[in-house]
Amino acid sequence: MREKLDLIQKEALDNIEKAGESNSLEEIRVKYLGKKGQLTQILRGMGKLAPEERPVVGQLANQVRQVIESKLTEKGREIEEIVLAKRLKEESIDVTLPGKKPSLGKLHPLTTVLNQITEIFLGMGFDVAEGPEIELDYYNFEALNIPKNHPARDTQDTFYINENILLRTHTSPTQIRTMEVQEPPIKIIVPGRVYRSDAVDATHSPIFHQIEGLVVDKNITMGDLKGVLDVFAKAIFGPKTRTRFRPHHFPFTEPSAEMDVSCVTCDGQGCRICSNTGWIEILGAGMVHPKVLEYGNIDPNEYTGFAFGMGLDRIVNQIYGIDDIRLLYENDIRFLSQF
Amino acid sequence: MLVPIKWLKEYVDISASTKELANAMTLTGTNVESIKELAKDIDKVVVGRILSINPHPNADKLVVCQVDIGNEVIQIVTGAPNVEEGQLVPVALHGALLPGGVKIKKGKLRGEVSQGMLCSIDELELTELGEIDDGIDGILILDEEYPLGMDIKEALDLDDEVIEFEITSNRPDCLSMVGIAREAAVTLKTSYSLPQIKLSRNIGHTLQEAKVIVEEPDMCPRYCARVVRNVKIGPSPRWMRRRLAAAGVRPINNIVDITNYVMLELGQPMHAFDLDKIQDKTIIVRRAREGEKLVTLDKQERILAEDILVIADTEKAIALAGVMGGYDTEVTPDTCNVILESATFDKGSVRLASKALGLRSEASSRFEKGLDISNAERAIDRAAQLIQELGAGEVVEGKIDVCNGSLEPRVLEVQWKRINALLGIDLEIEDICGILNSLSFKTEVKGDILVVEVPSFRQDVEGMADLAEEVARIYGYDKIPMTLMEGSRSQGTRTREQKLLDTAKRALIAMGLFETVTYSFGSPKVYGKIGFKPEEYHEVVTIANPLGEDQSAMRTTLIPSILDVLARNKSRSIEECKIFEIANIFIPKSIPIEELPIERLTLAIGQYGKGTDFYTLKGQVERLFDVLGILEDVEFAPHSHPSLHPGRTAIVKFEGQELGVLGEVHPKVCENYNLKTKIYLAELNFELMLKMARTEKQYVHLPRYPAIHRDLAIVVSKNVLASNIEKLIRSAGGDLLEKVELFDIYEGSQIPEGHRSLAYSLSYRAADRTLKDEDINPIHDRIVNALVDSFNAQLRE
Repeated sequence: MREKLDLIQKEALDNIEKAGESNSLEEIRVKYLGKKGQLTQILRGMGKLAPEERPVVGQLANQVRQVIESKLTEKGREIEEIVLAKRLKEESIDVTLPGKKPSLGKLHPLTTVLNQITEIFLGMGFDVAEGPEIELDYYNFEALNIPKNHPARDTQDTFYINENILLRTHTSPTQIRTMEVQEPPIKIIVPGRVYRSDAVDATHSPIFHQIEGLVVDKNITMGDLKGVLDVFAKAIFGPKTRTRFRPHHFPFTEPSAEMDVSCVTCDGQGCRICSNTGWIEILGAGMVHPKVLEYGNIDPNEYTGFAFGMGLDRIVNQIYGIDDIRLLYENDIRFLSQF
Repeated sequence: MLVPIKWLKEYVDISASTKELANAMTLTGTNVESIKELAKDIDKVVVGRILSINPHPNADKLVVCQVDIGNEVIQIVTGAPNVEEGQLVPVALHGALLPGGVKIKKGKLRGEVSQGMLCSIDELELTELGEIDDGIDGILILDEEYPLGMDIKEALDLDDEVIEFEITSNRPDCLSMVGIAREAAVTLKTSYSLPQIKLSRNIGHTLQEAKVIVEEPDMCPRYCARVVRNVKIGPSPRWMRRRLAAAGVRPINNIVDITNYVMLELGQPMHAFDLDKIQDKTIIVRRAREGEKLVTLDKQERILAEDILVIADTEKAIALAGVMGGYDTEVTPDTCNVILESATFDKGSVRLASKALGLRSEASSRFEKGLDISNAERAIDRAAQLIQELGAGEVVEGKIDVCNGSLEPRVLEVQWKRINALLGIDLEIEDICGILNSLSFKTEVKGDILVVEVPSFRQDVEGMADLAEEVARIYGYDKIPMTLMEGSRSQGTRTREQKLLDTAKRALIAMGLFETVTYSFGSPKVYGKIGFKPEEYHEVVTIANPLGEDQSAMRTTLIPSILDVLARNKSRSIEECKIFEIANIFIPKSIPIEELPIERLTLAIGQYGKGTDFYTLKGQVERLFDVLGILEDVEFAPHSHPSLHPGRTAIVKFEGQELGVLGEVHPKVCENYNLKTKIYLAELNFELMLKMARTEKQYVHLPRYPAIHRDLAIVVSKNVLASNIEKLIRSAGGDLLEKVELFDIYEGSQIPEGHRSLAYSLSYRAADRTLKDEDINPIHDRIVNALVDSFNAQLRE
């Protein structure tokens, strides 16, 4: 009996060792440990043994069972590992193939840069105001100290709807509209579309975008104007940017200035972009003209203020190195997807 | 304003280089547009004397000249017919440069050595610099003595630079050499001098030779006139011609040149009339008679309106006041007696006339900015002096001066501390006065009050702010310290609508759409192109002076703009294009336009290419409504729109209000845009969407009890709209029906013709317990019955 059990154990262990897959392990289990398995048969045949032999053989048979079972488990794990490793190997992919990108559109570069500029001024306490694109002559010119037949109207070739209504030539009308309804302190920027009857070429478009700024309060100085615009220039063009203020003339500001920034392309050394001057003109500005404050129902003896206006399109072109303003309005997807 | 530097130096001491001067002037407010070198293209051309001329041995039409160029004698072969021994001529040496990039090299002409070239006026391009082309095709013969070998540029006064200044409309005084000299002197902290006017005595008296009547004193506050007898018309001297030409004025003859020279020098436009052609020798300044005709100097006949100011004689108009002289009274080579005009005309009326006639001149561009009334007298005397000095005629004693304007200076009283306060600086009163005095303002300090007498040529200075600018620009804008006003560190805000606009744009790009920006105006005919019948055309706001008819109508829809962009991309072989724009459309309140139109922020989406169809477009629109928090309340229904496919168009409504349309673009419209692909397009009233948006969020408890899912498949006629089926399921389902989802649509075999099968997944859930089948069964049956009753639906097993 003992020999028989030993033989079963040896044979079973040999078979297990040779098994290559989990199915054959199951067969082995059935063959030896199943209901009709060899070991089961022996245990069933125990009745025929002498009573004193039964416990010994029973114990022995159980030992054999345990050995086989644990070997089966061990081999089973081993096989699982191998199978998994094989599967993983088969499943390997070329990770250098291109990814499947979800489609994503882009904001227009005019919007992207406007957002950047807006953030800068929001951070300095400016609110964002808006005004109509089709405007009264009164707001676009008269109230900005540009009466009818003023020569300054020549420099802003205007699209007229009729004698009193026009397409705004700048965002400045919103200065008056804001002053009419808001008491100082006023701190706003006004982004928007503006119109001038310029024939289209690489640097001119009959439609372009401006960002107006207006600050009115007690004790506002030209130093504040310079300070705010210097902060702006450094934030949008980089911390190394230098600013230069030149006297200029606008009917609605006095004193008036134009602001240049050091050329981004050559860092002020002089290049083709800046016509070898090292400077790029970015905006017009000045202290709000007392007459303009009066048009806005604000007492110029009590309040002062400054205003500025910049061309968004030019700044966009400057930042991205775009050499033709027409590209901004063509909306070629290959262009738009670059920003 | 073109300023030749040598001329400028006649009035002001300048030791700085031209570039330094330009930079300094820019920083004190006279902006420089360009610096040009005169005769920049000419190099190594010198004065030479022709010593001898011999025939060329091998050519009949050529001669061989020996030319003394100072340090040597060289041989030059020329074919010019006008050379003679002893003449001084310009000689281009070996290695010389001539305009047009011509290089001169020594060589042989028909076997004879030629060591350079004798130059003509044409070859040196000197006519545009005021040299007189006498019409003889030959070498420029120099009519004055110069040292041999002298650079021709020095000899002919060509070694000069010209700065072009940008003069702003408030500074007409700077449209003159004297004005620029004044600014340059203050800028460089040096002095300047006005031309000294001295006249020698003459015969007769102007008052006896001519008469001036000013009928419109408001439009002509001052009129000065002088008579010159026995003029000898001829060219003006080279120096004057050169200066005029360098300043951009074409030399004509000595009398006309002198009037132009004085205009450039002093900024006062002048005119010379042929006195013998003026009826009754009487000048009348009056308004034109309606329809009156005048032929101007440019030989154009002008028909005048009543509000135009003219210079007339007793019979007819002879000049447009302040704009242009008349052809009939022009100074010609036969003119004997001249009357000079130096007047001040009202800026508004000159501008009006110039605009009405579409005629601008050097004179009108000065008058329309407002001129110094005291300058008229100085100018006419200066012109008389130059006529005497150049021997161009006999100046008659005295002058006519009809002055109705005020010569009183303007006096301002300001609190001088406010100048500092406005600028953010702290100048002493002495410094402020010093700057103002250097600019010709007279000052007197009375405690806190500064009394300022404004010079007559600075009519633009009206108050404290103007004085502050004068102080600041000379003190230096760069010296004003940069500061940040109070409150610069607090955060500004966007309005709710501005924030939502930003959110919406970001949602749209996340769906793969690109933002576009297009023109706000287009052709009024565009409605035909997008499928509208003429009676459907919108009323538009029309631009009175557009760049062209195709850019004359303010848009009332974004559809054409979107189609243009799609068509442009398609024509450039771009396979997929998905775009949106959010911009204003303009809707007139009345025609003709009497008040500002409605400006409505509008969203348009357009797309073609892989994976685009009606339902992806609709999905994008739905997703956007979801972002704006109003998806639940938006309804879509079949609709028609002239630009869209009649069976594939939906209207979008929010609580009964129309928000817009979406659909597939009508094939005929696609054809009009040459788009050979399917286009999907939506246009929505974005302003209304922003108004309706719900941004406030409220947490809803996560479900605690499980849901029960049931599927429901029905066969119904295709005429039954899915939206109506869903509505019915929801209303029959009641509160426990949590979700209805359409998961399959089938048409084809086993489904009767004209029908389709729709499969829904329904979820039931209660907030307070786990539902049992018994709870659901009656509801589900109710839904089925409702579908059968209302839509004749058949249940599919």
